Amino acid sequence: MKQKQTATVLAQKELAPQIYDMWIGTDLAEQAKPGQFLCIYPRDKSTLLPRPISICEVREDRRALRIVYRVAGQGTGEFSKYQEGDSIDIMGTLGNGFPLEEAEGKKVFLMGGGIGVPPVLQLAKEMKADRQIVVGYRDCSTFLKDDLEKYGKVYIATEDGSVGTKGNVMNAIEDNGLEADLIYACGPMPMLRAIKAYAAEHHIRAYISLEEHMACGVGACLGCVVKTKDADHHSHVNNARICTDGPVFEADEVEI
Amino acid sequence: MNTQTTIAGVTFKNPVMTASGTFGSGMEYAEFVDLNQLGAVVTKGVANVPWPGNPTPRVAEVYGGMLNAIGLQNPGIDVLMERDIPFLKKYDTGIIVNVCGKTVEDYVEVVERLGEEPAVDMLEINVSCPNVKEGAIAFGQKADALFHITQEIKKHARQPVIMKLSPNVTDITEMARAAEAAGADALSLINTITGMKIDIHRRKFALANKTGGMSGPAIKPVAVRMVYQTAQAVKIPIIGMGGIASAEDAIEFILAGASAVSIGAMNFVNPYTTVEVVRGIEEYMERYRVEKLTDLIGAVSA
Repeated sequence: MKQKQTATVLAQKELAPQIYDMWIGTDLAEQAKPGQFLCIYPRDKSTLLPRPISICEVREDRRALRIVYRVAGQGTGEFSKYQEGDSIDIMGTLGNGFPLEEAEGKKVFLMGGGIGVPPVLQLAKEMKADRQIVVGYRDCSTFLKDDLEKYGKVYIATEDGSVGTKGNVMNAIEDNGLEADLIYACGPMPMLRAIKAYAAEHHIRAYISLEEHMACGVGACLGCVVKTKDADHHSHVNNARICTDGPVFEADEVEI
Repeated sequence: MNTQTTIAGVTFKNPVMTASGTFGSGMEYAEFVDLNQLGAVVTKGVANVPWPGNPTPRVAEVYGGMLNAIGLQNPGIDVLMERDIPFLKKYDTGIIVNVCGKTVEDYVEVVERLGEEPAVDMLEINVSCPNVKEGAIAFGQKADALFHITQEIKKHARQPVIMKLSPNVTDITEMARAAEAAGADALSLINTITGMKIDIHRRKFALANKTGGMSGPAIKPVAVRMVYQTAQAVKIPIIGMGGIASAEDAIEFILAGASAVSIGAMNFVNPYTTVEVVRGIEEYMERYRVEKLTDLIGAVSA
């Protein structure tokens, strides 16, 4: 059940330049699935719309959620100043999340790029599969690397070549001679396009998590759509709502 | 205390409605609010056939509000009749269907289909969407075009007709008078105000459509002014909207002359806004010992 509530910040720290790591105490953790997101509402009334931020981790006791986000503007700038004990307005849990069952017993790529890395953590934690974690960063700020290493072998690519393969996640796959039966990914659009092409070429399925500017976060405003191959069941046109029909889509089903 | 309001012979339990396009057909928000508590649900604009809408980005935030250029994406009248109306019929709330089209014939086709459905209480005609190239606002910015389409729709409509007016005109009262003269039963205003945002870092428009309609609390004073002016100019009832975030805002519109109000962009900010406004209006009436909501309509004085 979706709910908007005032929750409590349990802890916050800067994980890397402009990348913040926050734990939020909330009962929404009980229902949280990897790949789902929260809408977080700035207090400053000049910035009205919620910021959709993916869930990075669910605490073992299911009483807290972790988000790892980049400060991109006024709203996230405000969030980054919150401290332990502050209240935070959130709505969740939103979106469909990654389908986990399909991965059981398979060899999978769990791929994240930049600020798309955080949702890969909870995904890796919950997935029963042979997990190969392939993540890309701009530079040596390889945030969440240590957390990810607990749940699988981690392959890193950096744009500047400071850590791992120089280049992107696709270069890291090639460089390490990796193969998989199934892909799960979150990251910037060029990365997702490359993964879609790779999956088609290798005749494997890829689940990709998309993002778009949102207003409502619950499927009413039709702001955050993605073009779909077939007419969508809800909209009856070739547009699906990223906030509710996604954010995770089978790569083959969306035109990106 | 009586919170009822009557518009063109249709009585609503309270004056709080949802602004078209911000509430889908109620399904998405039914998880947050009890639709039975609303005066009416006003559905997203529907055309005779499905419309795909505009490319993304379709929404952008601006100071105190937002811009949208959804482009009236909708599943078409068939889906509305088969899926959305049966859903809304389960609730004890008014049903107002917003109608859009590219040509007068498109509008008439939808209006005639809706005439088959007695559960639909009223029709709201969108002649004011700023985000589509054909139809919509093309009918709402010239008095003679507005007069013509209103007259045509009235010939075919079985339900009372609300014409939704655009603020993007020199004199909204001229439009209001044209709609009234053509037989409109009520008016709703304002639709969004055309705006633009530029991302200076990427040197690109924030919206794929370049321009979008501005909504949210920042536009409220403009909307209140237009409702007041329109109420002075016509005798037909007005549904007021534009940035309503609280009961206090809603009461401003009612005092300015609105018989009902709609909550739009604020649904996105607080999904419980509609029911909070219902409760807040009751509290206001209690506090000032107002027996009938209708006593507040247009009750502002100099």
